[in-house]
Amino acid sequence: MSAGANRTASTTPAPVPALDARLTVDRPGFRLDIALTVAPGEVVALLGPNGAGKTTALRAVAGLVHLSAGHVRLAGTTVDDPTERVWVPPERRGIGVVFQDYLLFPHLSALDNVAFGLRSRGVARQRARAVAAGWLDRVALGHCARRRPRQLSGGQAQRVALARALAVEPTLLLLDEPLAALDAGTRVDTRAELHRHLAAHAGGALVVTHDPLDAAILADRLIVVEDGRIVQAGDAVTITAQPQTDYVARLVGLNLYRGHADGHAVALDNGFKLTVDDRHQGGVFVAFRPAAVALHQFQPEGSPRNVWQATVTGIQHHGDNLRVQLGGPLPAAADITPDAAAQLRLAAGEPVWAAVKATEIRAYASAEPTGTDGSEQERP
Amino acid sequence: MVAVVPALLGLAFLVLPLLGLVIRAPWPTLPERLAEPGVLTALRLSLQTATTATAACLLVGVPLAWVLARTRFPGRQLVRALVTVPMVLPPVVGGVALLLVFGRRGVVGSWLDSTFGVTLPFTTTAVVMAQAFVAMPFLVIAVEGALRGADTRYEEAAATLGAGRWTTFRRVTLPLVAPGVAAGAVLCWARALGEFGATITFAGNFPGRTQTMPVAVYLALETEPEAAIVLSLVLLVVSIAILASLRDKWLTGGSAA
Repeated sequence: MSAGANRTASTTPAPVPALDARLTVDRPGFRLDIALTVAPGEVVALLGPNGAGKTTALRAVAGLVHLSAGHVRLAGTTVDDPTERVWVPPERRGIGVVFQDYLLFPHLSALDNVAFGLRSRGVARQRARAVAAGWLDRVALGHCARRRPRQLSGGQAQRVALARALAVEPTLLLLDEPLAALDAGTRVDTRAELHRHLAAHAGGALVVTHDPLDAAILADRLIVVEDGRIVQAGDAVTITAQPQTDYVARLVGLNLYRGHADGHAVALDNGFKLTVDDRHQGGVFVAFRPAAVALHQFQPEGSPRNVWQATVTGIQHHGDNLRVQLGGPLPAAADITPDAAAQLRLAAGEPVWAAVKATEIRAYASAEPTGTDGSEQERP
Repeated sequence: MVAVVPALLGLAFLVLPLLGLVIRAPWPTLPERLAEPGVLTALRLSLQTATTATAACLLVGVPLAWVLARTRFPGRQLVRALVTVPMVLPPVVGGVALLLVFGRRGVVGSWLDSTFGVTLPFTTTAVVMAQAFVAMPFLVIAVEGALRGADTRYEEAAATLGAGRWTTFRRVTLPLVAPGVAAGAVLCWARALGEFGATITFAGNFPGRTQTMPVAVYLALETEPEAAIVLSLVLLVVSIAILASLRDKWLTGGSAA
């Protein structure tokens, strides 16, 4: 059961994946259509904005939502395939689910909550309780065994929910926004602990989250879902470096534009022209950090190659700095210090000159979003 | 201020008859009257039949409530309406209906008689049936409401933990709606205890066999008014005890599932 051994094994030609699915769910006004694979021992994050279909995808894998088309195979066994008329109910799928608000049974103690899955599988009460107690110890809650869910803190409830899902040693663990219900302080510790447990879990894990930090820390591989489709997949570093959509760019804090490159010149889709350091031909994304944008009261002279006149449309605090939203020919975000803002006398509606050095702009070829999950990505 | 006078009138109307019962009770002779065999027999029969009827209602009423709350089928609204009919139906009509179906010449009754040699009318079983007929809707409505109010996601969580429908119902759904089931059972029991019209029509009036407290009260009133008052007082005490237990446990802030 050593997870380390399992992880090494999974980098060799993949064994039977813990999850192999193509999920198509049709709802009025919404269509989910994504393909997913999760290797044993692998942690995959489904990242996306609210309403993207992440939770629907998770529920379809769990069997709480029926597929309109496609298939779900768990460890090689088909559990849902509408065209083949195969349907295995949730209770016989061998999965574990951690729900967003945990759904611990309020009338059972923490111990009996964790023992529930084993009891349902026919394990005798004493034996089930002994195993459950072991799991509570593993999440450092042995002393809370007799408490009812309402006597547990948010972080404790999350760990009991995790122990409950893991106690049946599922081939696939599904986690729906496992940290969303926690306050900021509890969240950091719980996230680190969750990471430890996921790493130790021999089966696969699929984490649904809207928080890029959760995804980056918990998962080996990220799949970004928007509007029911996969828009980008890969490891956190790749996605952070080369976002493919506005949503991903905003998540990682970049200004992102699509354009057409001809050498160092890029004509953006909105007509604006940027000069970049990289050489490209054809469709590209260009991206630069808000901190790379310099603001001036008067038109700057000298080195910056990209200068334009913009209008301040909004100013917000962003860490120690201020994030200035710019309107005009190139909508962008700029991060400046409060001192600089005071000198510039920035205010919404005021004109301002913006400049970005060509060396600060990254350009990279745009990959059309596909329906696949990019499972060719090497795992670390 | 305008509301105070009618409100007081309403209150007086509800409370005065009960007070009258207490005031007119033959207090000096109360102990010996209570000890009369007729009173005790009727009381015992009433408690036994009401409890049996409630148990029978639980056995079939909880599954019925589950079907109404959790499944979808054509005509579900109609079924729900039919279930509530005995609540609004005059009990005497219910008794007549029971007699027509389960009577010796009834559709089911004649079959029971010819096949098993069983006759239901004017037996203790008939008392239980009459009580269950009028009281079950109270249980079904209460349990169905509790089931609708319960969070079905707990049932989903149970399913993902490997629990089938029956295990989920037994270990998750039922405990979650237990307060609703208990409240429904108490209402059902109280209604069964007070049943009169259907009972006297379908089960008649045989002391020790079908003469329950309400029937005994009605008959005593014609021959021996004092005895009727004593019997009524006993029923009043039982009713108030039920109401008090309901208030404590389920009506005031007891909604913690």
